[in-house]
Amino acid sequence: MQIYLPIAELPISIFLVLGLSGAVGFISGLFGVGGGFLLTPLLIFLDIPPAVAVATVAAQVAGSSMTGVLTYWRRNALDFKLGGILVTGGIFGTIMGVLFFNSMRRLGQLELVITLAYVTLFTCIGGLMLFDAVRAALRDRRGKPARRLREAGSHPPWMGLPLRMRFPRSQLYASVIPIAGLAIVIGFIGAVLGVGGGFMLVPALIYFFRIPPAVVVGTSLFQILVTMSGATVLHAVTNQSVDIILAMLLLVGGVIGAQFGGRAARNLNVSSFRLLLALLILSVGLRFAVELFLPPSEPYSVVVPEGAQR
Amino acid sequence: MRRTALALAATCLVALATLPAKAEALIAALSTHRIAIASNFTGDQLAVFGLVERDGRSVARADPYDIVVTVRGPQRMLIVREKERVGPIWINRTQRRFPDRSIYLSVATNRPIAEILSEEAARRDRIGLANAQRPQGGFDFEFDIARFREALIRTLEGKQLYRLDERGVTFLSPALFSSQIRIPAISPTGPYEVEVLLYAGGSILARQTTNFEVVKTGAEQRMTSAAHDRPLLYGLATVAVALLLGWLATVIFRRD
Repeated sequence: MQIYLPIAELPISIFLVLGLSGAVGFISGLFGVGGGFLLTPLLIFLDIPPAVAVATVAAQVAGSSMTGVLTYWRRNALDFKLGGILVTGGIFGTIMGVLFFNSMRRLGQLELVITLAYVTLFTCIGGLMLFDAVRAALRDRRGKPARRLREAGSHPPWMGLPLRMRFPRSQLYASVIPIAGLAIVIGFIGAVLGVGGGFMLVPALIYFFRIPPAVVVGTSLFQILVTMSGATVLHAVTNQSVDIILAMLLLVGGVIGAQFGGRAARNLNVSSFRLLLALLILSVGLRFAVELFLPPSEPYSVVVPEGAQR
Repeated sequence: MRRTALALAATCLVALATLPAKAEALIAALSTHRIAIASNFTGDQLAVFGLVERDGRSVARADPYDIVVTVRGPQRMLIVREKERVGPIWINRTQRRFPDRSIYLSVATNRPIAEILSEEAARRDRIGLANAQRPQGGFDFEFDIARFREALIRTLEGKQLYRLDERGVTFLSPALFSSQIRIPAISPTGPYEVEVLLYAGGSILARQTTNFEVVKTGAEQRMTSAAHDRPLLYGLATVAVALLLGWLATVIFRRD
């Protein structure tokens, strides 16, 4: 069954979109990532114009994060205090990212920047996480006790910077400066790549601040919800590329998938959680690397520049 | 079908009234002047009907009639980029801009173009996918970017937006012909120009142009205009719907 998308200006199979968004929604609920970094390339692969894909996925990510936020909130696994700081930092980062995005577009090298960023970021983060997860799994197998998440009275140096705050829900007592700095960097990268940034925020909070994974996922979803809602409105106002029909289809599939993903997350132990997320991120990075390194079958591409579409 | 016949008859009358003093005249009509895009749109077709009117006093021609139907869709700026190897990676190096290119182009003839007219005449008369968008009468400055132009045609042909059908015009009688114009689902909205040319012995005898438009209707049209006229409201509404659906899912799936 096909439906015509008014903004993307092409018909698409309803079941294909529902299935796709359901699968991505499951992953999103499982790992607490927005899923945008998977959904956007998939939609572009289905011939949806990149501008429409990025803008519409923002709306979808906002909606499916809502489901996750409510679920984690009910389970008391959401730290609003930490989330508020992340959102504030994220907004500054996003604004800087949009300015950088526009200047690269003027220079005509935006596509290269995005592809290179995907490759380096995803393979580095994915590779590091994989290395760490495998090491932890091997240690488990040898029967040695896993590295303690936090030793009493010890902490990484960046947590001890001035402006320390207590985050009881996250069992964290740390300086605000590195947390806000992290949020700014991720907001910047997220705006440039058109993704929510959950895939970076979740591991960063786990590794750098040793926050319990359950709280990290809920808090990260909260941050994504706020920034992606804002991004949707910004996209709608600046380039009119949000397709409400596509967004609704993606959401119906996405929220259902996210429900099951959220349930599955409770039955997942920390080390397999890390391993799976690492493999997922690494494979997306490799997918972009293939595009970059293999000779293309068709070296030419035809694009209708943004702004000339109407 | 009745409306089509009526339209055809009306066009014939108008054309007859303004007949130039030539041996042949061409009368062409479309089955519709408006392709409507609704939520179930998956592409459409329309028909061109035409009649070759011969002046009874002139002698019959030795060469058969040939018909070329060219449809040019809405024009946009197109950019063609070429990937090149730089060190170990492939990146877009060179690009050429094609301002005012039709995103949709369809050429239909009753037999292969090479049999109808010479290559030179095809270039002059703007016949065929490569020639249809040449600047009229002017010198062709684009010879150095031929590979980009070829890539453009190849890519859009792959998307069914460019189409050459050398058996696309059927003669129902020696003077009556018809042709189908296919509008694929991804066709852009806007005005489409249909040019019908009558050939015999490699030269143009008569020309007739008409047009149709592809428009969004109903809900599709309302959503598009909302997105463009009230972008802030549209954006906020999209977010509201998204969050509502997200909340609804937790209500539906609430078990714990």
